[in-house]
Amino acid sequence: MIADFGFGVLLVAFLASLYSVIAALYGEFNKIPAMVESARRAMLLTWPLLTLAAGILVYLLVNDHYEVKFVYEVTSRAMPTYLKVTAWWGGQAGSLLFWSWLMSAFASLVTLRKWDRDREFLPWVIVVASVTLAFFIGMNLFFENPFRQFYQTFNNEIAAYTFQPANSILFTPADGQGLNPLLRHPGMIIHPPMLYLGFVSFVIPYAFAMAALITGRTDDRWIRLTRRWTLWAWLFLSAGLVLGGRWAYDVLGWGGYWGWDPVEIAAFMPWLTGTAFLHSVMIQEKRGMFKHWNMLLVILTYDLVIFGTFLTRSGVLSSVHAFAQSAIGPLFFAFIGITLITSVALIIYRWDLLKSETQMTSLLSREALFLLNNLLFMSILVVCFWGVIYPLISELFTGQKVTVGPPFYERATGPLWATLLLLMGIAPLSAWGHSTLKTLGRAIWIPAFGAVIVTAALFVTYTQNVFALVGFFLVALVILVTIYEYGRGAYARSRSQGENIFTAFWNLTGRNRRRYGGYIIHLSMMLMAIGILGIELFQVETQGTLAVGDSLQLSGYTVRYKEVASWDNPGAGVNHTRAVVEVYDKNGNLLGNLHPRKDYYYDTQQPMTIPGQLASLKDEVYVLLIDWEPITPVGTTFKIFVNPLVNWLWLGSLLFLVGVIIAAWPDKDPERVTVRDGKRVPQASAAD
Amino acid sequence: MTINKFVIGGFLILGAVVFLIWSSTAATSEYFLTVDELNAKGADVLDRNLRVSGAVIGETIKYDAQTLTLSFEVAHVPAEQALIEDEGGLAEALHQAVIDPARARLKIVYVGPMPDLLRHEAQAIVTGKLGADGVFHADELLLKCPTKYEEAVPEQSASR
Repeated sequence: MIADFGFGVLLVAFLASLYSVIAALYGEFNKIPAMVESARRAMLLTWPLLTLAAGILVYLLVNDHYEVKFVYEVTSRAMPTYLKVTAWWGGQAGSLLFWSWLMSAFASLVTLRKWDRDREFLPWVIVVASVTLAFFIGMNLFFENPFRQFYQTFNNEIAAYTFQPANSILFTPADGQGLNPLLRHPGMIIHPPMLYLGFVSFVIPYAFAMAALITGRTDDRWIRLTRRWTLWAWLFLSAGLVLGGRWAYDVLGWGGYWGWDPVEIAAFMPWLTGTAFLHSVMIQEKRGMFKHWNMLLVILTYDLVIFGTFLTRSGVLSSVHAFAQSAIGPLFFAFIGITLITSVALIIYRWDLLKSETQMTSLLSREALFLLNNLLFMSILVVCFWGVIYPLISELFTGQKVTVGPPFYERATGPLWATLLLLMGIAPLSAWGHSTLKTLGRAIWIPAFGAVIVTAALFVTYTQNVFALVGFFLVALVILVTIYEYGRGAYARSRSQGENIFTAFWNLTGRNRRRYGGYIIHLSMMLMAIGILGIELFQVETQGTLAVGDSLQLSGYTVRYKEVASWDNPGAGVNHTRAVVEVYDKNGNLLGNLHPRKDYYYDTQQPMTIPGQLASLKDEVYVLLIDWEPITPVGTTFKIFVNPLVNWLWLGSLLFLVGVIIAAWPDKDPERVTVRDGKRVPQASAAD
Repeated sequence: MTINKFVIGGFLILGAVVFLIWSSTAATSEYFLTVDELNAKGADVLDRNLRVSGAVIGETIKYDAQTLTLSFEVAHVPAEQALIEDEGGLAEALHQAVIDPARARLKIVYVGPMPDLLRHEAQAIVTGKLGADGVFHADELLLKCPTKYEEAVPEQSASR
């Protein structure tokens, strides 16, 4: 009954979003502001409606309503309540509803802002947001209804229906199947919402870009309006990616964090275009260039977001991410095709309005280096896209499905990443408009010299691996250049303002948060790069079956097996088997105890291997419990990884959060600041 | 002349990217085969990097914890989406593959920790090489358990 009500609410939300599209268009074309206002209000209505629908779904999940198919699939009685709530996005139908719910929240937030100066954008932003919203709610309504219930017909067949068939009774299973235990990890609980927050918030800049194209107000107003949205979107997307990596590292037990799986790549591709976009909008703001390019990037990001949602939700590509086939694939594909073609057609229609205001002259100027940065991000995107669709292409042309795996991506993107690092080192030192080798050389020689010394020191003390040395050189260069630039600014400020150096650092960052937030992000990326270089190039592993008291040696560490115990936890429906091992360093000092574990979930009949991890900045000792003898614990098998430097990756991601928050934090009075920044006042008419 | 240097630079980058993609594809691509296709090709694909997908047969799973050696058999599952849909979705297709004794089977050997998702009627996607003895030596093992996520109908329906 209540599930039927949930379906009804979804239907009303769908109609409201359709109405807001039609009313906005009608009001815009017939110049009836009241209709646009009506569209805005319909748009605002979708969020409470979807919140109600989602609330109903969560109510059903929490209260064990297993007659609802979705509830039956993703929860079981043994699951704690918080997991029942988060099971909302544990399956396809629920995650689509979650997408729509976020979309309507963001669209509402945007339509609630003050529109005085941008009235002409409003109807079009509503149209784009509502079309997207209607598409996703429609998916839920017509194909992936989370409120479908089991009915038993008179010939004893049980199946799930949206509406009760004639001569049938509701069927309620005694217990649900339960969420896959692999998904019961904290990283997995917040990874999908983060990723979705990132995905969905990229719709807003796209909506403004389309509004700018349609209205012909193609100056950088739309970019200024959506700058912070884009940064927050980027923050969430990045956080989602990192959390996914952390989940894989903690749960999947192969000692890695990223497997170049198509679904991972699908989430990574909008990040690439989004990152390129964040950089290239600065060129448009400062120099009035790259206008077509920025439009294209925001369109690509939007469609890659939809593509990413589609890829995780369809069965076109094989992947460890086990969401099954469904009928919604072709519809996603059609939606992507239509929005892409319409958007690109709009760029072509407004081509002349988007002409650059200045010419690029110098190959080493800041804008040329930004262009190169963009090309590199796009190249990595092309590599990823090629890798993902290669099986489909090869099958189309040769009839033979050929795939590429991680080695392809590592080989093809490695040099591109290295070049990006080099650029990160050079670009902050180059000037807008014009730079020469001489001016750049003068600025860079001190940090470059420092990087050479660091690399030489690493060569003597740490590694002779050429790839690692190149990588560490580039990382050192970027870190030193960034600190050097930052320090120079702070020093100059402390001299001129008479502040002490720490106050100067603080105020400098506050004065130009975007720039210095950006530098902090660059530094955080370098910390992450250290971690990636460490685990990719220096990971070592061993395994062995040990009797109590025996030990394994790996990379200077000694892992000694102490005991193993097995017990049931009937309340949670889990059997735990936990080993205790001691880790010693090469001098025989005890570093700590680890508890690698194997849990067995009775409801899903699924084991789950949980590693014991001993973290330090130098290495991480990562121990997996493979097998044990239940009665006489004489032969217990362990697999051990030593992952050098990997914790820099996680530290870097924390610093990354700080950097983005500094860059994206709202100004006290945004309108006033925008005016002050906006020396190049809107010049749509003067653009050509 | 300023335009020229940007055009030349652009072409250099384009060339470099095309080269990177082309050479990496050539060096690392793997045939993606079903068990039937692998049997048909047989000796032609010895020592080539291959990726094979099939349905795991639960009773054949053997694990030697001393050496971390895992072996199991997979049964042929059609690759085409349409055929899988015909059989009633991936979960049903995997079930059909496992109960049908006439289906071609392939023995897989893998050294490493036993994956948590390995179980009866899971879809295994293995990457590795076919040995001369007809055993597939996998160095990578991906598993999908579609029944855990989608198209599930309660147990009772199957028993009546």
